[in-house]
Amino acid sequence: MGEKEAKRVKLPETDDGTILFNVPFPKDLKDLKGMAPIIIKQPYHIDYIHSYGQDSPFFAGLANGKLLGTRCAPCKYTYATPRLHCMYCGGECDWVELPREGNVHTFTVCHYGSEEFLKETPFVLILVEWPGVDTLFLARLMGVDPLKPSLQWVGMKVRARFKRLSKFKPTDVYFVPA
Amino acid sequence: MRPVYLVSGGVSKFAKARPDVTFQAMVKEAYDYALQDIGLEFRKAAEIVDGTVASYFSDHFMRQLKAGSMVQDYLGLCPKPSKRVEGGGATGGLSFQAGWEPVAAGRYDLCVVYGWETMSHVNTWKGNEFIALASDVSFDYPVGGFYSGYYAMMVVRHMQEFGTTVEQMALVSVKNHNNAFHNPYAQKRMNIRIEDVRASEMVAWPLTMLDICVMSDGAAVVFLASEEGLNRLEKATGRRLHPAKVTGVGGGIDAMRMADRPHGGVILLPHEKAEDYKGLKYPGVHSFRAGRMASKTAYQMAGITNPMEELDFIELHDAYTSSEIQTYEDMGLCRYGEGGKFVEAGKPFMPNLDYGYRFPEQGKIPVNPSGGLIACGHPVGATGLMQAVFALWQLQGSIGKHFGNEQLQVKNARRGAIHSHAGTGTYVAVSILEKGF
Repeated sequence: MGEKEAKRVKLPETDDGTILFNVPFPKDLKDLKGMAPIIIKQPYHIDYIHSYGQDSPFFAGLANGKLLGTRCAPCKYTYATPRLHCMYCGGECDWVELPREGNVHTFTVCHYGSEEFLKETPFVLILVEWPGVDTLFLARLMGVDPLKPSLQWVGMKVRARFKRLSKFKPTDVYFVPA
Repeated sequence: MRPVYLVSGGVSKFAKARPDVTFQAMVKEAYDYALQDIGLEFRKAAEIVDGTVASYFSDHFMRQLKAGSMVQDYLGLCPKPSKRVEGGGATGGLSFQAGWEPVAAGRYDLCVVYGWETMSHVNTWKGNEFIALASDVSFDYPVGGFYSGYYAMMVVRHMQEFGTTVEQMALVSVKNHNNAFHNPYAQKRMNIRIEDVRASEMVAWPLTMLDICVMSDGAAVVFLASEEGLNRLEKATGRRLHPAKVTGVGGGIDAMRMADRPHGGVILLPHEKAEDYKGLKYPGVHSFRAGRMASKTAYQMAGITNPMEELDFIELHDAYTSSEIQTYEDMGLCRYGEGGKFVEAGKPFMPNLDYGYRFPEQGKIPVNPSGGLIACGHPVGATGLMQAVFALWQLQGSIGKHFGNEQLQVKNARRGAIHSHAGTGTYVAVSILEKGF
């Protein structure tokens, strides 16, 4: 390739991303070790194609105003948060409808949170228990004053409510004091 | 199985952010310290090390997959074999044990375990989001995924079940921050009181900012050796080394979703009786069954029947003041339900330090003499290895040399435990270390 031709071969210049028009640089390379770090922004966004797989009927239930758990067919262990195979006997579970009313097993008030939920703070998280159901269910509790939390909330009777516009997330159901 | 020795270690100063170095160079700081401490030359190490384990938690924090191999080449350890181990918050403790395994089995005579995390690359609340992805993304995360919230729910149940108080939790923060005041490696070195903990900002009721560990950039490295490896090192350095012997490794795990934890019977330690726990539903969400399982198996291997009598100190995973209290119980330092009273009596404090409080039984068994995660910081992949390094220095009696002061040296320390724990008590790893010289 001739010199003239070689000059024409260029990686295209674009004006997207980080552009720094002037970077201080020392004359003596020895001075580079004192240089402050260059820190840039690197965006990263992904849309996942997330399948609920065998748990899908739970979300279909919420869209239809039903809170579903599962019960192990062989050993009868009952899961408030569904799983289709029993942790204890390995048997296959069947879908069952949970009662609308349960009790607060424990709770917290989140004043901070993951970036996704920061705008919703302060919000109340609870684990719900039901008599005869062996495991618990994580949900939001609405209708209490998040600024006045109290241990008295443990044991509180709560009732399930469903979002009208289903988002196919576990928050399609939430609880209020019964 | 062959005996395994922890021979040397190094820790980078944990900091909120280390933009001045990349992760590889940060690990090298800890690695070089471990080399220099035993007088081992860089090239010689590369020659005599048989293999390594890379300990780091989150690919999200890094936005760099296969980062382990990049540390391996920076440390000049190519083409020696290596693998990465990951298990949430317990990554460091699990990696320590993963380094122990090939040495015990006879595959390696000398194994380096290096760990790090660079959590400053995203903002704190995005970081919390990444950590919350270590909960079930179908059923837990979307409800308001936040680890501090999960632990808060666990301790609310502990308070309800056993009468544990927020002041008892605050005492853990007082202890760990005040200890760290004497530890130059710690990120937060403060003399604080119960009131300071309660007055700091509420994060997830009842846990405040000072009840919770902070995100951190940091690295830690350990050298593990068989007797043959130890001889090799002594020959290479021309020095008589002062190792710790790894006499017990234990592990346990529990269901990812807290909602799934059973409400059954307590797993008993040798010094406990079933009658101690009549009517207690276990573990529920108030206790960590994996922590009990890990302790039980580690104690069994080390021949420990009563940890309170047979351990001189513990470095345990205090991501939250509440989880330190819950862990006293899992590790059998007191009965389930008595963790709050245990700290109130002063038992886990250093015997020699003045915390501004009078305790009836101060210093029975120092827990987190280093300041733990709450004060040192929690760069996830490094944390469990940091515990191992601090434990080694305790057993060597070399805290003064490494910290520049003797305040945190546990007198005549002969046997200690390190405890590493992941999200709401999923993975837990407990290892027992004894003076090996």
